[in-house]
Amino acid sequence: MSDFKLTEWIFTTDHKRVGILYLIGSLAAFGVAGCAAVYIRLNQLSPSGGLFSDPQNYNIALYFHGAAMILAFLIPGLTGFFANYLVPLMIGARDVAFPRINAFSVWLFFAAIVLALISLMVSDGPDVMWTGYPPYSVTTVGNTAFYVFTVHLLGFSSILGAVNFLVTILYMRAKGMGFNQMNIFVWTVLGAFVLQLIFIPVLASAVTMLLFDKYLGTHFFDPTGGGDVLLYQNLFWFYSHPAVYVILLPAMGVLFEVISTMAKNRVFNYKACVYGGVFGLILLSGEVWVHHLYVAGMPNWLRTGQMVTTLLISVPVGLMVISLWGTLYRAAITYNVAMHYACACLFLLLVGGLTGIPLAMTVLDLHLGETAFIHAHFHFVMALFATFSIFSGIYFWFPKMTGRVADSKPALIGFWLNFVGVTMTFTPLFIIGMQGMPRRYATYEQFPQFEPYHQMATLGAMVVVVGMLLTFYSWINGAIRGPKAAENHWRSKSLEWTHAPSPPGPGNFPGQDPEVAKEWTPYDYAR
Amino acid sequence: MPSLRRLMAVAVPMAMAAAPAMANGGTPHSQWDHLWGHVLLDLVVIGVVFGLGALWMMFRYRAKSPDDVGTGPKLTKAQAIGWALLPAAIFMADDFFLAAKGWSLFTVYRSAPADAMEIKVTGYQWYWEFDYGNGVVTQELKVPVGKPVVLRMTSPDVIHSFGLAEYRVKEDLMPGRVSWLWFVADKPGKTVATCTMYCGLAHSKMYSDVVAVPASEFHAWMESKVRQARATTDSSRG
Repeated sequence: MSDFKLTEWIFTTDHKRVGILYLIGSLAAFGVAGCAAVYIRLNQLSPSGGLFSDPQNYNIALYFHGAAMILAFLIPGLTGFFANYLVPLMIGARDVAFPRINAFSVWLFFAAIVLALISLMVSDGPDVMWTGYPPYSVTTVGNTAFYVFTVHLLGFSSILGAVNFLVTILYMRAKGMGFNQMNIFVWTVLGAFVLQLIFIPVLASAVTMLLFDKYLGTHFFDPTGGGDVLLYQNLFWFYSHPAVYVILLPAMGVLFEVISTMAKNRVFNYKACVYGGVFGLILLSGEVWVHHLYVAGMPNWLRTGQMVTTLLISVPVGLMVISLWGTLYRAAITYNVAMHYACACLFLLLVGGLTGIPLAMTVLDLHLGETAFIHAHFHFVMALFATFSIFSGIYFWFPKMTGRVADSKPALIGFWLNFVGVTMTFTPLFIIGMQGMPRRYATYEQFPQFEPYHQMATLGAMVVVVGMLLTFYSWINGAIRGPKAAENHWRSKSLEWTHAPSPPGPGNFPGQDPEVAKEWTPYDYAR
Repeated sequence: MPSLRRLMAVAVPMAMAAAPAMANGGTPHSQWDHLWGHVLLDLVVIGVVFGLGALWMMFRYRAKSPDDVGTGPKLTKAQAIGWALLPAAIFMADDFFLAAKGWSLFTVYRSAPADAMEIKVTGYQWYWEFDYGNGVVTQELKVPVGKPVVLRMTSPDVIHSFGLAEYRVKEDLMPGRVSWLWFVADKPGKTVATCTMYCGLAHSKMYSDVVAVPASEFHAWMESKVRQARATTDSSRG
């Protein structure tokens, strides 16, 4: 660490350093948004508002928790950190196609995080939820502008990243590497960035119209001036449902890498996973947004049509699930901390994915929609699943990034506390959701019978706090004092382990450019 | 594929048995519970199969020595296509089965009976107002047992959502639009309608009692309310 120079990090165009900057930024956002989650849970300890009972602060915490977790942790963690650090290494490139644009992307991301944090300090901070629905977001005294500008900066950053990575993956693969020899993770990043490129402009236009309505007096969403309140919801979810797959796809990709390596097994039915799973999600993701508007008075035919497309999402996801499960079949598994998180992900995905089926059915959503049931569902399938996948990836590639191992007793105890804690937090929410507990409630005096469930959930959150502290400790301690890692610590067959030192220097690959043989695959363990 | 045949042997009669039950009806919310039971069973079966499968493989296929490698099958072209099309077909069969059941109940939810009684609902930040159309306006929703009730709903300020968990209904109220839902109370009792769309500071305090009473009691109450309402208008006309 003696050769650390701050300017080298600020002006870096190296994809690995840009990636680590993304990791630092997104984990910082995760920390603050996690504190907001604890605040929310403590507020639910009793029907009248628990330890704190200021609904305004509660609403701002809800806004910040949702917006920061999705926009500043999950998306940048997966498509910023993992994509940056791993894609060039996995495809045998020496950097991304446009390194300086890449550096610009990460600093736009930091500017957005700073803006989001400032929004917590101004008086009348944004209280518009991460969805920012008008007319509330227009009529509230809360500062909607911070929300809009944060989305602008992150969107700009993501579009630049999308162009960069699509070009990199399509044109900069190692000599001899065909599309069917790419890591599944690379495919999932490709899919995620295709979605970002297509759909972000829609979100950007929606929030811009919101800004104009609130501060310039236009009437895009104001029916008294000829506007329409539902226009915003349609535009918002036209982006934000695909955004779920921007998170799900790379999170799945990380799991495929961790599980195939630790199981020393080839990915089961690779082509079905890629051409059925990844491509299927790209094709279907833009035709299902109305399931977020099932109770918003949309026409009956549209609600029914998109019920069918939403249910059909189970086909591409199912194909990826079969490939993932199949990779365990006749495997030779060794368990490190990364593999613990990966195995937990299978169960989180199962619970989260299956509870999505009733929510896809319009008529069941007429009762379950906007309740704690939906809140528990998307936490399992998106929040918990993707977070556990990110943690799995961090432990897995820790030796690659630092040359040291972060696996330790605190890391393993942290894992179990996290897994037990999140299950304790979100399982009760399914139960009270079925009985009609609405989401986004600061108090619930009309439902005193739900108090024990909320207390159980809060207790679970406290367990997660301890687990997270141990997890962060294991990373910091591992980076400084962890045992030295072997060059290819988990004995992977993927290029980032076989051809690059740990940690890789500038230019990634010493000597000649990597080349791969015709029959080479990153999962070729049986040979 | 004997397992598939067995699955079909279970699923097809189940679908056929369920169909007349839906047609006979019962209240929409009792049909909702019935469908929910079916879907829950569907989920639990899939969840248990995949969950136990994963657990079993996690234990069964632990490496015996550090140099052990997996011997997962390398699929031939036909096997690969089969392993894509067959699961896709099973998932799609389940999807269309659920979609059909969901659609038929959704149709019930979206076709109010012709003899339904209509009440106008307005959502304000942060309270509900119920207008019975005869000058009677209340902040508690009172309905007669056995009579279908259509709620026609709108909002002058921000979006609200009228959620009535007891009767398994919910629909948003929006400025500039009128939305509607219907339900029928099958027995007397008191429950609560809550706002389920975030609408600001007192969102979680926006709720009203919903009381179902026998028809005779309802009419008596309504008559006294109408008399009250007339008296107020008369006195204000002075």
